[in-house]
Amino acid sequence: MTQNNNSFVRDKMEVALAPPISEAGITGWMKKNLFSSPFNTVLTLIGAYLIYLIVPPLLEFSFFDAVWSGTDRNACTTEQQGGALPNGWHAACWPYIGAYMQFFTFGRYPDAELWRPIFLFVLFFAGLIPLMMPTAPYKRFNMIFMLLVYPVLAFILLGGGNVKLNGFLLPESIMAPSEFKFWVDFAILTAVVLGIVLLMQILTKTDPILPLLVALGIMVVIGLVMFFMSADFGLHEVETDNWGGLLLTLVIAVTGIAASLPIGIVLALGRRSEMPTVRLLSVIFIEFWRGVPLITVLFMSSVMLPLFLPEGVNFDKLLRALIGVGLFSAAYMAEVVRGGLQAIPKGQFEGAMAVGLSYWQSMRMIILPQAIKIVIPGIVNTFIGLFKDTTLVSVIGLFDLLGAINNSHTDSSWATPVMALTSYLFCAVIYFVFCFAMARYSLFMERQLDTGHKN
Amino acid sequence: MSERISASEEPKVALLNDPKIRSLAFQILVVVLTVWVIYSIISNAAANLERQGISSGFDFLWNTAGFGVNFSPFIDYSETDTLWTVFWVGIQNTLIVAIIGIFFATILGFIVGVMRLSNNWVIAKMAYVYVEVLRNIPLLLQIFIWYKGVLALLPDSRDSLDLGFFGFLNVKGYLAPKPIFESGSGIIVIALLVAVVAAIFIARWAKKRQMATGQQFPVFWASLGLIILLPLLAYFLLGRPIGVEMPNAAGKFGPKGGMKVIPELIALLVALATYTAAFIAEIVRAGIVAVNKGQSEASFALGLSRGQTLRLNIIPQAMRVIIPPLTSQFLNLTKNSSLAVAIAYPDVTSVFAGTALNQGGQAIEILFMTMATYLVMSLVISLFMNWYNSRVKLIER
Repeated sequence: MTQNNNSFVRDKMEVALAPPISEAGITGWMKKNLFSSPFNTVLTLIGAYLIYLIVPPLLEFSFFDAVWSGTDRNACTTEQQGGALPNGWHAACWPYIGAYMQFFTFGRYPDAELWRPIFLFVLFFAGLIPLMMPTAPYKRFNMIFMLLVYPVLAFILLGGGNVKLNGFLLPESIMAPSEFKFWVDFAILTAVVLGIVLLMQILTKTDPILPLLVALGIMVVIGLVMFFMSADFGLHEVETDNWGGLLLTLVIAVTGIAASLPIGIVLALGRRSEMPTVRLLSVIFIEFWRGVPLITVLFMSSVMLPLFLPEGVNFDKLLRALIGVGLFSAAYMAEVVRGGLQAIPKGQFEGAMAVGLSYWQSMRMIILPQAIKIVIPGIVNTFIGLFKDTTLVSVIGLFDLLGAINNSHTDSSWATPVMALTSYLFCAVIYFVFCFAMARYSLFMERQLDTGHKN
Repeated sequence: MSERISASEEPKVALLNDPKIRSLAFQILVVVLTVWVIYSIISNAAANLERQGISSGFDFLWNTAGFGVNFSPFIDYSETDTLWTVFWVGIQNTLIVAIIGIFFATILGFIVGVMRLSNNWVIAKMAYVYVEVLRNIPLLLQIFIWYKGVLALLPDSRDSLDLGFFGFLNVKGYLAPKPIFESGSGIIVIALLVAVVAAIFIARWAKKRQMATGQQFPVFWASLGLIILLPLLAYFLLGRPIGVEMPNAAGKFGPKGGMKVIPELIALLVALATYTAAFIAEIVRAGIVAVNKGQSEASFALGLSRGQTLRLNIIPQAMRVIIPPLTSQFLNLTKNSSLAVAIAYPDVTSVFAGTALNQGGQAIEILFMTMATYLVMSLVISLFMNWYNSRVKLIER
C-alpha cells in the first residue's frame, strides 16, 4: 500500500473576499440609502437642494458674514444705513449680544451683587449633575440638598432674605405684629398640630410616639426654614423687578417644575380616588386648567389674583406669575401621572392592601414608584413644555430671556435691521440646548430604569 | 378546643378606623375647605371691586369700544361698535387662525412623519432635524422670528413681490385675489352640498354591492368627478357668478385692492403650523411604526398592491393610534393661537382680554368670557374627535 501524499485537506479557512466595491464602503452605503431607485434618487436630489437652500445661508448669516467685534451700531450697519459694511450685507451682529450678555443672563441685577446669582448657578449644576448620574453616591443627601437646602439658599441669596415676619394667627388687639408675635403664633400652631395628631392616635387606639415625632420634626424644619429666611445676613435686598434674563427663566422653570410634580401627583390620586367629591373636584380643576391657554392664565394671575386677595395682602408680579405657571403645569402633570397609575395592574393595589399597608403607605412604597417610572418620558416632556412656556411671562411684563431680548431692541445705540434675527438666533440656541439636553436625558433614564418588564 | 367567634358580633373597630366614616369625614373636610376658599375669594373680590368703584356685571358689553381692530374680514367693524362686537370679531379671528392652522399643520405633519420613515437617508435625517429643532424652540420665540425676523425682510409696498395670479407680498402683508360673490352663487354652494351627499350615498351603495357580489366600483374617482363637475356645471350654467377681484398693481403707494392678509396673521399661521407639524409628525411616525410588519406582509401575500396596502390596511390601523394624540395637538394649536397677543394679531385674547380689559377694567367678566370661549372650543374639538375616534377604533368582542 502506498500512502497517498497528494491528498489535500484544508486546515485553514480561506480568507473571505472583500464584498464587491458597489456594496461596501461609502459607495455601497450611498447606493443603498440614497440611490436605490429612480424615485429615491429624485428624493435625494430634492433633499440635497433643500439643504443647499437652507444651510449655507444660515452658516453665512451666523458665522462667515457675521460681525464679531465693535462697540456700537456702526459696526453692524451698511453704507446705506450709515456704516462701513457693503450694501446688501445681512448677517449676525455678535458684538451686540456680547454687550448685552449680562443683561440677557441676569437682567437688571445690580453689578455689586452679581456674585449671588453666579454662585447659585454654579451650585445648581454642582448639585444637579451628581443627582442625574445614576452611579453617583449620596443620592439621599443630594436630594435633601436640592429639594430643601438649595431653594431656601436661593431664596435668601437672590432676594436678600431678611423677610419681615408679622405673625398670622392672633388678632392684633392681643399682640402687636412683630417677629416675636410670629414665633408665638408658630408655637401655638405647632401645639395645635401635635394635639390633632395625638387626638387621632388616641381615637384610633394606636401608638402615638412615632407620628408625634414625625409631626414635630416637620414643624421644626418649617420653623428652621422660616428662621433662616427672616434672619438678617447683611445682604442687600434685590427686588424681583430687577431679576431678569436667563436667571428669571430658570427661577420660573425650576419653581414651576418643583411645584407641579407634587401638586400633580396629589391631583392624579384625587382623580382616581373612590371618594366622589374628591374625584369631581380634581376633574374640574384639571380640566379647567387644561382647557384654557397659559396666556389667559397669566393674565388671570396678574389681573384677577390681586382682586381675590384680602385688602393689604400683596403679591409681587413674579410670585403671581409663578402661581399661574405652577397651577397650570400641575394640571398637565396630573394627567401624565394618571396615565402611569392606570398602567399599574390591579394586583399591585390588592397586594399592597393584603400586606396591611395603609392607603398612603401603599401609594408611597408600591404604586407611585412604579407609576412614576413608567411615565418619566411624559414627565420630562411636561418639563420641556414648561421650560418653553416660561417665555410667555414676557407678555405680562416680566423680563425673562425673551423679554430681556425684546427689551434690548429699543436701544438706539445698537439698533440695526439685523438686531432682531441675531438676538432671536442666540435665544433659540439657548432654548434648544436646554430642551434637547432634557429630552436626551429622559431617553437615557428610560433605558436605565427599564427593568425588562415592559411587554 | 378552639375559641368560637360568633358571626353576629360586630367587629370592634374604633370609629375613626372605619373606612366609610373616614372617607365621609375626609370628603366633608374637603368640601368645607373648597367652599371656604371660594367664599373668601368671592367676598374679597366683591370688597375690592367696591373699593375701586367698579360695578360688576355684563352691562359693559354694550358700551362703545372706541378702538380700532385692523383685521375683521367677516364683520364690518368700526370704532363706534360695542365691545360685544369686538368679542365676536376676536372669536372669528381666533377661529380663522385655528382652522387654517390645523389644516396646514396636519398636512405638513403627515408629510414630515412619513419622511421620518423614509428609506432615503437624506430625507429621513432632514425630517429628524426638522422635528428636533422646531420642537425644542419655544413657540413664542418662533412667532417673533417669523414676524420680526423674516417677514420684516420683505420689500416695501412700492416694490412688492409680484406673485402673478396669487397677488402681491410686501412688508405690510399679503394681497390675495378676492372672490366676489354675485347673486346666484348660493346655488353653486347648494350644488356642492348635493354632490357631497350623492358621493356619500354612492360610497354606501358601492360598499353594499361589493359585500354582496364582490364587484368593485371606482368610488373615489366617481365622487371626485361629481364633487368637481356638479358645482362647475352650475357655475357655467348660471353665467359665472363668482368673480375674482385682483389686487391692482398700479396704485401710487404700491398695489391696492384684493383681499388683504395682515403680516401678523401670516407670521402666526406659519409659526403655529410648522411648530404643531413637528409634534404631529412624531405622532404619525409612532402610529405607522405601531402597525405590525406582518400586516403589510399579509396584504402583499393577498396580492394587494403597495397603494392598496397603505390605503386599506396600514393607514386605517395607524389612524387608531394617531387620532387621540392628534386631537390634543389640535387643541394645543387652538390654545396656542392666543399667543397672537404678543404680536398684536387681533384674536380674542389680544383684542378682548388685552385691549378691552386694559381700557375698561372689567377684568373678571372679560377673562371669564375669554376662558369660557377657549373651554367651549376645546370641548367642541374633543367631542368631534371622540366621535371620529369611536368610528375608527378597533371594535373588540
